[in-house]
Amino acid sequence: MSEVGRPYEFRRSLWIRQIWHLLWRELRDYLRDWRILFPIFALTLLFPFVMRFITGYLESSFYERWGAEGVTTRLLPLMLLLVGFVPVSISLVIALETFVGEKERMSLEPLLATPLSNLQLYMGKMMAALLLPLMAATVGIAFYMTILPIQARPNASTLLQIMLLTFGKALVMVSGAVIVSSQTTSVRAANLLASFILVPMALLVQQESFILLEGGNRLLWYILLFLLVANVMLVRMGIRLFNREELLGREIDELNLRNIWRMFRKYFVWERWFFGQPPERLPRSLRWVSTWTGLYLREIPRILGRSRLALALVLVSLLGAIWVGGALAIRFRLPSEYIPLNQVTEETFRQASAALPWLPALTVWGILGNNLRSLTLAAILGTCSFGALAAILLMIPIAIIAYLTFQVAWAGYDPLVFLLTFIFPHGVLELPAAIFATALAVRLGATFIAPPRGMNVGEGWMQALTDFVKGFLGVAVPLLALAAAVEVFLTPALVLAVYGK
Amino acid sequence: MIQTERLTKRFNGFTAVDGVNLTVRPGRILALLGPNGAGKTTTVRMLAAILMPTEGRAVVAGYDTRQDPIAVRQRVGLLTEQPGLYLRMYGGEYLEFFGRLYGLDLETCQRRAREWLDRFAMPEAWGRRIGEYSKGMRQKLALVRALLHDPPVLLLDEPTSAMDPHSAKLVRDAILSLRDERRTILVCTHNLMEAEVVADEIAIIRKGQIVALGTPAELKQQLLGPPLMELRLATSTDGARPVVARWAPVVEEGPNWIRYRADAPEKVNPAIVRALAEANIPVVMLSEVPRSLEAVYLRVVES
Repeated sequence: MSEVGRPYEFRRSLWIRQIWHLLWRELRDYLRDWRILFPIFALTLLFPFVMRFITGYLESSFYERWGAEGVTTRLLPLMLLLVGFVPVSISLVIALETFVGEKERMSLEPLLATPLSNLQLYMGKMMAALLLPLMAATVGIAFYMTILPIQARPNASTLLQIMLLTFGKALVMVSGAVIVSSQTTSVRAANLLASFILVPMALLVQQESFILLEGGNRLLWYILLFLLVANVMLVRMGIRLFNREELLGREIDELNLRNIWRMFRKYFVWERWFFGQPPERLPRSLRWVSTWTGLYLREIPRILGRSRLALALVLVSLLGAIWVGGALAIRFRLPSEYIPLNQVTEETFRQASAALPWLPALTVWGILGNNLRSLTLAAILGTCSFGALAAILLMIPIAIIAYLTFQVAWAGYDPLVFLLTFIFPHGVLELPAAIFATALAVRLGATFIAPPRGMNVGEGWMQALTDFVKGFLGVAVPLLALAAAVEVFLTPALVLAVYGK
Repeated sequence: MIQTERLTKRFNGFTAVDGVNLTVRPGRILALLGPNGAGKTTTVRMLAAILMPTEGRAVVAGYDTRQDPIAVRQRVGLLTEQPGLYLRMYGGEYLEFFGRLYGLDLETCQRRAREWLDRFAMPEAWGRRIGEYSKGMRQKLALVRALLHDPPVLLLDEPTSAMDPHSAKLVRDAILSLRDERRTILVCTHNLMEAEVVADEIAIIRKGQIVALGTPAELKQQLLGPPLMELRLATSTDGARPVVARWAPVVEEGPNWIRYRADAPEKVNPAIVRALAEANIPVVMLSEVPRSLEAVYLRVVES
């Protein structure tokens, strides 16, 4: 091979200028398209008038009919939310079109052939999709404010909140839409998927309206924080998912079940192994053993290795759950008579089960079924939430246990004995199984943001799924079954022996 | 310089390019021929560092496409299969945009763009909306886009498709004029005449593999056998046949012409002409029977 040259010299000023050129071209293109300009103009300048008319009408009709003088004042921030949100929704259309539209018009390849990095392309396109609708929203809100009577204008804090919420929603919509645009092969497909972005945002506007009506401005700051976190996740996901290979390599959006099955098998199958011996040299009747030794002594450790980050995250979140349980225990301390551990009998056990119908029945199938349902739910929620909800789902019982342990201690019992009798016998099996399965569920969602190196998202997710299936069936289910048996047959006996009368 | 080593690309189990080894030295033009779906565009996209190879590697303009894709893209001019233009933009504006993305200053960008537009006989394109261009103009504008940053490696995918004969000739002449000691050019084309005119070397790709590689003459020799010579006489061939047969195998014969294969025409032909002169057989003409690249191509792709 010939001599390889020096690495490309990075120049920050050129790097920024290239993004600017891309951004400016896109903006100029939008400004020449009347199909984009007209709605933006209408929604920016005409919509506030419509909103002003509606609030005026409501004011007069309510006042005349019901004497409800303060209605307009309460409604004004809601109208501001709408005045900001409606022009911003245009950003969705622009962002959805941004990559896949170029791909359809076949103008994408020359752009991909330029010396711009994936990040530069992503940033230039995203900022271009964002800028115009944000400007429109700002102008719309400002315009609406100018046509309002001074006494009817919301205070600076509410106005700032509404502006930031509008920007937050725009960012989430654009970053989500850019991901959709870079992963689909036609504008039609991208538009179909847009409802997954628009509907939650419209629901969020509704929720914000209710909160504003109730005067819960503090809650709005939490929503803003949520939008910020969601946006960081989506941008990171977008940057990881965006690559030239995917954009050019994929020609059709096809649900190819055969390919999916082939990929599933590729990642699901593990090597047979028997302590370094070739499985073929084992007696035919004993070869099946190498499948199980391969799974438990080779494959599961590998899965653990691949899941180490997720495991660390779950363990940290469990520490967080203990902290939350402790904090809640301090805030909501129970009177000691609510914890009658010294009065535990078989009868009280039965009564407790009857009084708490949401707890699973105290049978092996009842407990096992409940745990399996929870972990399956964790996998589904984890997939839809970049892994976050899977970890939160496991945090809940741990926080409850921490809460109860604190209460038990304050009621004058030894918390260690409480843990050793009520939790430890089955928990020693159940907790590792739950942590492992939850970590695998976290990976199902986290793969979208950070697919393993050398893999695209589809491959990474399939590997995470097969790891989940193997870990769930091979480790979690047997451990949980054992734990359920212990919880039914051993734990109550132990509790009665220690605390019972 | 373009150099590939076992360059391979797979998409979901489908092998588009399979272990391609190519070397194109500076100052040379290689034409990559092959049927639709043979892997030409995928190869070009890998050389332009748009797609990464699944296996093997490519070094383009001194940079590894996997390790330094940005450096490669900075040094490659790519004419894509489809012009892929922004139709709402004006020609000049479009070229300025791409020139700036390649790091050119505005003045250089405008000067070069205007020079190329003049050369392609479309100076008016600067101030016209691209949506108003003819197909040929669009193709030429895309070619100017690829040439704007004066790249040492040019990858041209179907450079004259959709062009009228005059425009196609302008572009072919431009490609030939671009050949210099420091520039490497790879042309993908279905136009075999064009390939023969512009290329120093031909590579035929089929099912992702290079199945024939060499100069047009080498390929003809290799795939169609030694050159076929035609000897035309002023008399009948009666006396001439045994004379010719002494030097080369006779393939066909007419009333006053003979065709024979010559492994080494530079030796055989003078000897035959001398022998015929000594035998007082008047020769009207001796020439090679033209063999087209198309015959070579069809032989390869149909085999």
